[in-house]
Amino acid sequence: MKNSIAERIADFLKNFPPFFSLIYTELVAISNEIQVIHVEKNHVLFKIGDKTHPFFYIVKEGAIGLSVTSDAEETLIDKCDEGDILGLRPFFAKDNYLMTAKAREESLLYAIPIEVFKPYVSQNAEVLNFLLESFASNTRNPYDKENKGKLISENVIYTEQSSEIQYFQPISYTKTPITASGKDIVKFVAQTMSQSKIGSVIIQENNLPVGIVTDKDLRSKIATGLFPIDIPVNQIMSAPVITVPENISIAETQMMMLKHNVGHLCVTVDGTNKSKIMGIISEHDVVVAQANNPGVLLKQTKRATRSKELKAVREKLNDLIQNSLDKNIPIQHISSLVGEINIAITKRAVELAIEKMEKEPPTRFAWMNIGSQGRKEQLLMTDQDNALVFEDVEEQHYDDVKKYFLELAEKVTKTLHKVGYEFCPAEMMANNPMWCKSVTDWNKQYNSWINKPGEKGILMCSIFFDYDFIVGDASLVDLISENIFANVHNNQLFYAYLGTDALKNPPPLGFFRQFLVEEDGEHKDTFDIKSRALMPLIDAARLLVLSQAIKGINNTYQRYKKLAELEPQNADLFESCAEAFSTLTLFRTEEGLANNNNGRYLNLNELSKSDKVKLKNAFQPIRAIQDAIKNRFQLTYFT
Amino acid sequence: MVFDWFKKVSKDYPKFWENYLENFEQEPSELQPKRYVVFDCETTGLDHRKDVILSIGAVAVLDNALIVNDSLELFLKQDLYKTETASIHGILKEGKEEKIVEAEAIIRFLEFIKNATLIGHNVNFDIEMINQALKRLNVGKLKNDSMDTDAMYQKFKGLQEDQHSTLDELCKILKVEKSDRHTASGDAYITALVFLKLKKRLDIK
Repeated sequence: MKNSIAERIADFLKNFPPFFSLIYTELVAISNEIQVIHVEKNHVLFKIGDKTHPFFYIVKEGAIGLSVTSDAEETLIDKCDEGDILGLRPFFAKDNYLMTAKAREESLLYAIPIEVFKPYVSQNAEVLNFLLESFASNTRNPYDKENKGKLISENVIYTEQSSEIQYFQPISYTKTPITASGKDIVKFVAQTMSQSKIGSVIIQENNLPVGIVTDKDLRSKIATGLFPIDIPVNQIMSAPVITVPENISIAETQMMMLKHNVGHLCVTVDGTNKSKIMGIISEHDVVVAQANNPGVLLKQTKRATRSKELKAVREKLNDLIQNSLDKNIPIQHISSLVGEINIAITKRAVELAIEKMEKEPPTRFAWMNIGSQGRKEQLLMTDQDNALVFEDVEEQHYDDVKKYFLELAEKVTKTLHKVGYEFCPAEMMANNPMWCKSVTDWNKQYNSWINKPGEKGILMCSIFFDYDFIVGDASLVDLISENIFANVHNNQLFYAYLGTDALKNPPPLGFFRQFLVEEDGEHKDTFDIKSRALMPLIDAARLLVLSQAIKGINNTYQRYKKLAELEPQNADLFESCAEAFSTLTLFRTEEGLANNNNGRYLNLNELSKSDKVKLKNAFQPIRAIQDAIKNRFQLTYFT
Repeated sequence: MVFDWFKKVSKDYPKFWENYLENFEQEPSELQPKRYVVFDCETTGLDHRKDVILSIGAVAVLDNALIVNDSLELFLKQDLYKTETASIHGILKEGKEEKIVEAEAIIRFLEFIKNATLIGHNVNFDIEMINQALKRLNVGKLKNDSMDTDAMYQKFKGLQEDQHSTLDELCKILKVEKSDRHTASGDAYITALVFLKLKKRLDIK
């Protein structure tokens, strides 16, 4: 019998994966079994631990938020809107939901019965792959609104916390602990521990934890002769044993150990000693969990005495980036972590160079990172760009002082090169006499760029206006900043030049929404994500913060965030630029990690269809911000 | 049913009508969600004495869900046919849809609705159209409870009784996407979405 409603639903489904892989009559047959669910705002569709529904869902209208809970804190990890699928868990797992789905606004959902859809999954490889991939991998960026057509996995526990993310990850621990009964004889328990090479044994009665025996107990109570070796172990065990629930984070593990002054925690089903033993966490587990953690890397950097050690840190940093990407930590967090470590490495390189100079610096100075390093956007190994400023000195000492700092810079850049930062081909480094000078000379330099903004000057602006103090005396850098902001204030001509420069790269899509690819040369037919997509956003952000006299924010993402805060009426635009910048950085970083290069040229053939869509969506804010700049600085008259 | 012939005291009703009436003798169950049927009739005009039904669309609602496979879509054969309304509802006299005579359509409609509460926009008109058709079959009127989405909206907004809203207006206010307007099942579907939204807002179980 004809069912117009089912046909109407099929018309909707056919636009979205995986449904577009099915033929229309199949879609109508599926649609016929669908329920159209209405949920009001804040209605909970399912929550963590709920038994799975006989349906999975596709959002017709509205938005559903997915969240996970760790340490009793709810963290939103994704938002599903039109065409997004959720609740796939029952396809692949028999256990309960691991996420909470809650309506963020009034929504309509199509509930598709799992049993109805299963045959199409097994018959259609594309559908199966889509569901499997989506279930096995998380989305690239949980905050990415452009995530259309990519499913949300519900098997990954993920929490987002500012800079110490790894701390809040659940800790991994021994899930099959060796236990003993309280009546077991100490000697045999000790033998078991030696054979299994473990430092502790949980003492259980009916599978409930009643105590723990550790190396320390054996040392202080048996080896000292306080107790004989052939008594039941419950006479020397430490009781009660400290118990914790599953999914405890690294941070909380450490807190529990400190609070109770113990080295071992027993994991039980509900976290009390009245429920079944699930595992044991030792101090060693905490140490393992923290290897490759940013704090450890920072510490290693500070202790490094040779460039080789710094190089080891930089190499581990790549693993940290890859791990963080795998854990779906937002790219801007990864950027700031990596930025901090890059700074620490540079700082240490400068300190080591000063030691080698065998002579203290003759006057105060500051080492600056410029360009992408200055913006803390350098995730991959790229060139080093840096500059040095020293205090004004009397003219007769100037040459000597400059000579000292050039020598120092030579050492630093060499060290950085050994660590893995390539020399800048344009020699924008502090060992170049051009970029190693006194405060007054720097101010003259900046003023000439600002007041005579020829094309060359503008190119310099794009590099030297993103500077970040690394080591030395920060007040020298402040002097430079003050001079810049005093000179650019209301300087329409300068803004016009910067604006024109920011518009030099058109939005990266052609008339038919196809990618503009490189037409010739070594990178023919690849997409230059750096100059076509990232640079327009970076240049626009720089211009806008300069014109707003926003000081001290060098990072493009943070610049847009700040702009959104200052101009609520344009907040949407700036937020979308920030998001787009994150998405594009992520693409570049993944490309770079995969090919061990700087990730500048994307091979479009290697991108999946949904990645291409995501890329294109990230391009949209570029056009919008360029239009905004055109209007704001009245560039139509200028160009 | 063993007791069937006890009830046939006053009048000898046809079997379909007996079956329909039986639905109302069951006690409403507390455990099962209440069944609503949202329906719409496309007709040759607005005069229930002269005009006839061209098509019926109906779909069931349980709790907060519209059940797609619990739906009904009927196209009626007719002798009376106005060309001027065909441009609105798009039903041609000899269209491609499978058509059934009015009597069969009404019987299938009764089988479908059972004792559900009937929902429609200006539902009284649609009920009256069905009642007229029932009259032609020499049986009684519809026994179902009914609720009108126009009246529900009035109640939700505290409007006066003479302040009416069209289905199009409700769709706009409640953000229901319109398409397939002016086919019976298209309108039934849209009305059902309007009903789902109002039902939640008025907290109707």
